[in-house]
Amino acid sequence: MQIIPIGYYLLFCTVLFCIGVMGVLIKRNALLILMSVELMINSINLLLAAFSTYLNDPAGQIFVFFIMVVAAAEVAIGLAIIVVIYRTTHSIDIDILNKLKW
Amino acid sequence: MLSLLIALIPALPLLGFLILGLGFNHIPKKVTSVMGPGTVLLSFIGSVIIFFHLLSVTPSRIVTNLFDWISFSGFSVSFSFLIDPLSVLMLLTITGVGFLIHLYSVGYMKDDPGYNRFFAYMNLFVFFMLLLVMGAGYVIMFIGWEGVGLCSYLLIGFWFKNQEFNNAAKKAFIMNRIGDLGFLLGIFLLFTTFGSLNYPDIFSLAKGMHPGTGVMTAITLLLFTGAVGKSAQIPLFTWLPDAMAGPTPVSALIHAATMVTAGVYMVARSNILFVLAPATLTIVAVTGLATALFAASIAIYQNDIKKILAYSTISQLGYMFLALGMGAFTGAMFHLTTHAFFKALLFLGAGSVIHAMGGEQDIRKMGGLGGSLRKTRWIFLMGTLAIAGIPPFSGFFSKDEILSAVFIHNIPLWILAGIGAMMTAFYMFRLYFLTFSGKFRGTEKQKQQLHESPSIMIIPLVVLAVLSIAGGMINFPGFTGGSEWLQSFLGPVFADSMPFLKAPVYALDHYTEWLLAGISIVYVGIMILVAYFRFLKNEPEMREVILQKSFLPGLLAHKYYIDELYDRIFVRPLSGLSKGLYEIVEKKIIDKIVNGTGILVIRTGNTIRYLQTGHVGFYVFMMVAGIIAILLFNLVI
Repeated sequence: MQIIPIGYYLLFCTVLFCIGVMGVLIKRNALLILMSVELMINSINLLLAAFSTYLNDPAGQIFVFFIMVVAAAEVAIGLAIIVVIYRTTHSIDIDILNKLKW
Repeated sequence: MLSLLIALIPALPLLGFLILGLGFNHIPKKVTSVMGPGTVLLSFIGSVIIFFHLLSVTPSRIVTNLFDWISFSGFSVSFSFLIDPLSVLMLLTITGVGFLIHLYSVGYMKDDPGYNRFFAYMNLFVFFMLLLVMGAGYVIMFIGWEGVGLCSYLLIGFWFKNQEFNNAAKKAFIMNRIGDLGFLLGIFLLFTTFGSLNYPDIFSLAKGMHPGTGVMTAITLLLFTGAVGKSAQIPLFTWLPDAMAGPTPVSALIHAATMVTAGVYMVARSNILFVLAPATLTIVAVTGLATALFAASIAIYQNDIKKILAYSTISQLGYMFLALGMGAFTGAMFHLTTHAFFKALLFLGAGSVIHAMGGEQDIRKMGGLGGSLRKTRWIFLMGTLAIAGIPPFSGFFSKDEILSAVFIHNIPLWILAGIGAMMTAFYMFRLYFLTFSGKFRGTEKQKQQLHESPSIMIIPLVVLAVLSIAGGMINFPGFTGGSEWLQSFLGPVFADSMPFLKAPVYALDHYTEWLLAGISIVYVGIMILVAYFRFLKNEPEMREVILQKSFLPGLLAHKYYIDELYDRIFVRPLSGLSKGLYEIVEKKIIDKIVNGTGILVIRTGNTIRYLQTGHVGFYVFMMVAGIIAILLFNLVI
């Protein structure tokens, strides 16, 4: 069975992570930022799973499950906050959310 | 049984202090009036029993060890009491006179809001004073020594709402500290020299030593420094006149009869050490004589009734030190005892006058009080005659004994001491005439309110007057056919010192003694007449005013400007230094550092807080930039 070399995984995950980072930096829509953060988390998850296989250590994959569960809970909270923000300001553009300062 | 009784003597006043002090205002006045004097009376009864017991035992010395107080390798201090003729004499004086003054205070302090506090302090004072004289070592003596200083401070500042009184209290305390430092150093030196601080150990070792060694001179000089502070001698005497700020019974008990004589007692107790240092003895004598003359001359031109008595006390203490310096230890103790009687009497009499005058203390505003205060007048006259030295009053015998001891050693000193005695007679009769004779010079209101003191104040005065008259009996001199009882009673205490003294003390023939006594009676009589013509026959007020404008009387009225001198030399430079430290070190350096830290934090915060823009995008960007920076940093390293 042909195994994908670990280097490919590394490269792919780095690219995914960077896309996530760029999304967080560039996007103004809170929903899209949240999605970009998810992308970053999942790129790390993928890397964990890849290394787990590469090193024949199942602990990495167990971790991935835990991370996905926690991330799901956290996204729920994040989405809830966005809903509340939308209700109060009728917008989810982060640029107008600049009251918390000084 | 006996040791229990000995322990009870100081314990009772302590108990009184604890009950009155802790109970404070919850104890009714009637209970205080019984308990305050009562504890001292019981101590007095105990002292009398001990006294008679001591007469029956030989050798007349009882040491009771209550418990070992401090004990570790090579050093032990036991809490023990020494009962010998010297301490018993002091015990009887302290508790006897102390009881009478307590009794007097019941009347005198009747309307004072701090009634209970007053008796608590007074009982505490008696406790410490008893500790001082009963202790069988310098450590116990030092505890008492400091304790009486504390009580003196508390009682001078008894009316603490008056800032001047507080200052007087602080002055007394601080000046005493100067002397106490010397005393403490003397105790340390004693310990390094003898390896013990108990009297029996030290004195038996000292007996075999050679006189005139440097270490002995150092020890005695340091001990004498303590005595100078406590007994208000030159140069540490200025606190005592100011100490008159306290209530009059306090002046009588602490600043006349007992505490100020602690220095005399200490020197008499350490007699063997002092005779081993002839140089110190000379210094003691000279200091004593100088103080006696100095204070007596100041007293001539004072106008505050209590201040005159205060300077008179300083002067009489000077006589006691003069006697000690001459090696006439019995003479000093004799004068101490009679002085306790007549000076307590004079102070309490003055208190009675002040009471009647509604707080007025200036004798220029009195006069003619003999009419309204008949009893006080006669009692006061007894005290005045006693201190002036008219036979058969007690002061005559004790002063005569000191003067003849001086006569044996040094005739010029005897003449000077005689001049002091003349001044004593003069200022005391000036005080007496200005207060009790002539016309009343106060206000009409005061005149109407003049009243004799209640009998609870008069009874102690009468007892003291009897003692002042008859007190001389305890040591009638040999030339009058007396038994010199005190001399033989105290003899064992001073026996070891006698061989070291250069001249035998009591070696005058009876003819010379009669002559000396006659001379002193004559000059005292002349001075009384001078005072009579000056202050009674002529207009006293005018004279006073005119006199004070000329040089010498002005100098005397201002107490030789000693207070001003000390103010210039010590107080002002010190407070200037403190002020300088406050202005420069405190304000300019320490405050700047502390405040600077705060200001730095505020300024930094003010600058940096603008980074918090509120823009989420900016935060995220900074975060990513930070992460990249850390990564790059790690790569480079």
